[in-house]
Amino acid sequence: MQYKVIFALLFWAWSGLLRADLLPEVHFLIPAGPGGGWDGTARGVGEAMVRANLVRNVSYENLTGGGGGRAIAKLIETADRQPYTLLVNSTPMVVRSLQKIFPQSFRDLEPLASVIADYTAFVTPRDQGLDDWAAVLAAFQEDPRSIKVAGGSVRGSTDHIVFARAVELAGGDPFKVVYIPYDGGGKAMAGILTGETQVLSTGLSEAIDTARAGEVNIVAVTAPDRLPAIPDTPTLKELGYDLEFANWRGFFAAPGLPEQRYHDMIETLNQTILTPEFEQVRARNSWTLLHHTGDQFYAFLEHQEQEIGTLMRQLGFLRP
Amino acid sequence: MIDGLLLGFGAVFTVQNVLLVFVGCAAGTLIGMLPGLGPISAIALMIPITYGFDPTSGMILLAGVYYGAVFGGSTSSILINAPGVAGTVATAFDGYPLARAGQPGKALALAAYASFIGGTLAAVLLVLLAPFLAGFSLSFQSADYFVLMVLGLSLVSAFSAQGEYLKALMMTVFGLMLSTVGTDLSAGVQRFTFGRMDLIDGISFLLLAMGTFALSEAIMMVLRPAHGGKPVSLEHASLKLSSKEVRTVAGPISRSSLMGFFVGTLPGAGATIASFLAYGVERNLAGRVEPRFGEGNLRGLAAPEAANNAASTGSFVPLLTLGIPGSGTTAVLLGALIAYGIQPGPRLFVDEPEIFWSVIVSMYFGNLFLLALNLPLVPYIARLLMVPRNYLIPIIMFFSLMGVYLVSFNTFDLHMMVIVALVAVLLRLLAFPMAPLLLGFILGGILEDNLRRAITLSDGSWSFLWDRPTTLVLCMLTVAAFTTPLWRALLRRSRGNRHD
Repeated sequence: MQYKVIFALLFWAWSGLLRADLLPEVHFLIPAGPGGGWDGTARGVGEAMVRANLVRNVSYENLTGGGGGRAIAKLIETADRQPYTLLVNSTPMVVRSLQKIFPQSFRDLEPLASVIADYTAFVTPRDQGLDDWAAVLAAFQEDPRSIKVAGGSVRGSTDHIVFARAVELAGGDPFKVVYIPYDGGGKAMAGILTGETQVLSTGLSEAIDTARAGEVNIVAVTAPDRLPAIPDTPTLKELGYDLEFANWRGFFAAPGLPEQRYHDMIETLNQTILTPEFEQVRARNSWTLLHHTGDQFYAFLEHQEQEIGTLMRQLGFLRP
Repeated sequence: MIDGLLLGFGAVFTVQNVLLVFVGCAAGTLIGMLPGLGPISAIALMIPITYGFDPTSGMILLAGVYYGAVFGGSTSSILINAPGVAGTVATAFDGYPLARAGQPGKALALAAYASFIGGTLAAVLLVLLAPFLAGFSLSFQSADYFVLMVLGLSLVSAFSAQGEYLKALMMTVFGLMLSTVGTDLSAGVQRFTFGRMDLIDGISFLLLAMGTFALSEAIMMVLRPAHGGKPVSLEHASLKLSSKEVRTVAGPISRSSLMGFFVGTLPGAGATIASFLAYGVERNLAGRVEPRFGEGNLRGLAAPEAANNAASTGSFVPLLTLGIPGSGTTAVLLGALIAYGIQPGPRLFVDEPEIFWSVIVSMYFGNLFLLALNLPLVPYIARLLMVPRNYLIPIIMFFSLMGVYLVSFNTFDLHMMVIVALVAVLLRLLAFPMAPLLLGFILGGILEDNLRRAITLSDGSWSFLWDRPTTLVLCMLTVAAFTTPLWRALLRRSRGNRHD
């Protein structure tokens, strides 16, 4: 009996030594409080890492403030003490550094990988004669003021810009878009349901459940191809408008980390994303995979920064 | 409906689920008692634990954490003036003076009873009215929220001490001003941030409440060693309410429960606003009473406690019937539901009746559990106030600073809180009341956002004030609320003339 216990312990210790984990631990730095999109992404990826036995110790740190800028500043300031830290972030990082809300940009960090994307969806109420994108455009062309556009964030945020760009591509005047900002996607959805707004421009994940319940229509998404979650909704691309927009969520490391660890971190993230455990997390949250790593992710960010920057300058949200 | 209730009882009455209600309530109470940490963090951290359960059990647990936290939040409000959660800030207005006056046991017990009745009444209303309430919460547009908030501001007179109306008004305006700090929603412009990154998201309500109440109170205790009266003895930890006291609070509790529930069903209002409104309404209705409101009046304690619990139950209406989160907490709950693969919305009744009904049924049990859990603990918790002041003051300081830090993990918040507390001490020494500041602050942000939305929606015209019947009725109520004292004074004068 005692031998068995000792053998078991030895085996356990041995297998522990044998494990060739790339990273001994991962510390997630989340620039917002618990419960939001960043928090959910970090904890979901962390959960998959642990369940798939890729990393043994995973810890989380929520640090709010400055629209996420606080966490970025901290990661840069304490870079030498953050060897295994992954900062979670998303498209607003690009927007906010363009707006100079915080002085840093993704260039001041080490972009590792994007993992998932949330595409923008244009949502309309039922039974208002706005059942497809063409109808919305026609109504807008006739009287821009008759189409009030709700969004879950401030004026000049991506919800606003993406809609304005879609209108512009269809030959409309983006300056005539009447944008109504709400404090969060949920309240913006309530605005559609109470009938005070006619279109909602928001992340698909915020709208998909109400749409599935049959309360609203999703008339278009900014994905490159039709999404399996909403197979009947056309993309703007197939409607003939060259607009693709992904609100990515991804991870960054502290600047100046050794070459080897940089590759190990990317490799760990790559392995995590491909596990069935992450598949499960993804299905649970209806997240769409958006997998860019390393230099590819860097190029993707540069492209998005340039695209959004141009739009924001055109619409007067940035001084040219 | 009877079928539904039976289904719900059937689902909740398993050993596992009854246990989960209990665990959820107990965990929620504990987290709620810690100043600062509220239901949002508690639920977000517990969601991963619930992935192993079926959706019904998961929701029962999380709902228990939610109303347990609101229930437990009153404890620290009453004992150390540091609100456990934002919804219990108003509880401190009369709960803390009552406890300081040597009746902590009574204060805690009354808060528990009021919470219990508020929560239970709201659960009954939820069963009876849920299908219709979906329509009610969707009948409120931006214009209506704006007018409702203006109506709320009319309560400012209730938040002022006798003869200090001007000071109360000044503090309300100060609160409104503070609510404009941060990124402005309508233009995306940063206001009054002085280039500081930490102010971009505005000032947190909890920080302001902790700074103006808990921390400044601790400093006041140092400044005025004689202040605070007699030491609390053990007999004063008694829980008993006389039958006369029961009669006094019965009206406020039932009124506040009703009002709290309906305010809670509106996405965007929530437990904090409900408790402030209930407090103001009761104070206005009560007229001149002894002890005065703000000095340990039982009604002033019972009203916000009933209202905040009723409102947190009410906030399940838009969540379950529309799939719309009306508050941060329900947004986290919505995330959990979606993670379980459940579609909240009008079809939830039909598609997943078990979840819908068992969550509601679990609320009855949860409230019973909470009462049974809290009442026996009251005598022990109340003893905290017997701790000598030289220990109590640092305890209050520690918990209030820690509470704020644990929410944001930002040291700037601590600096700001100390400054807020020092300013608050100065203002209190000049006899400025603090409650109107908080009233102005919580109503201010919602008031401004909705006003600007309403104006944009009506293309710059003020016609939104009378275009829709709901807004028009609310407008008339507001005008009535602001002019009633005038009419009353005129009436009194003309009567006085007749008697001459």
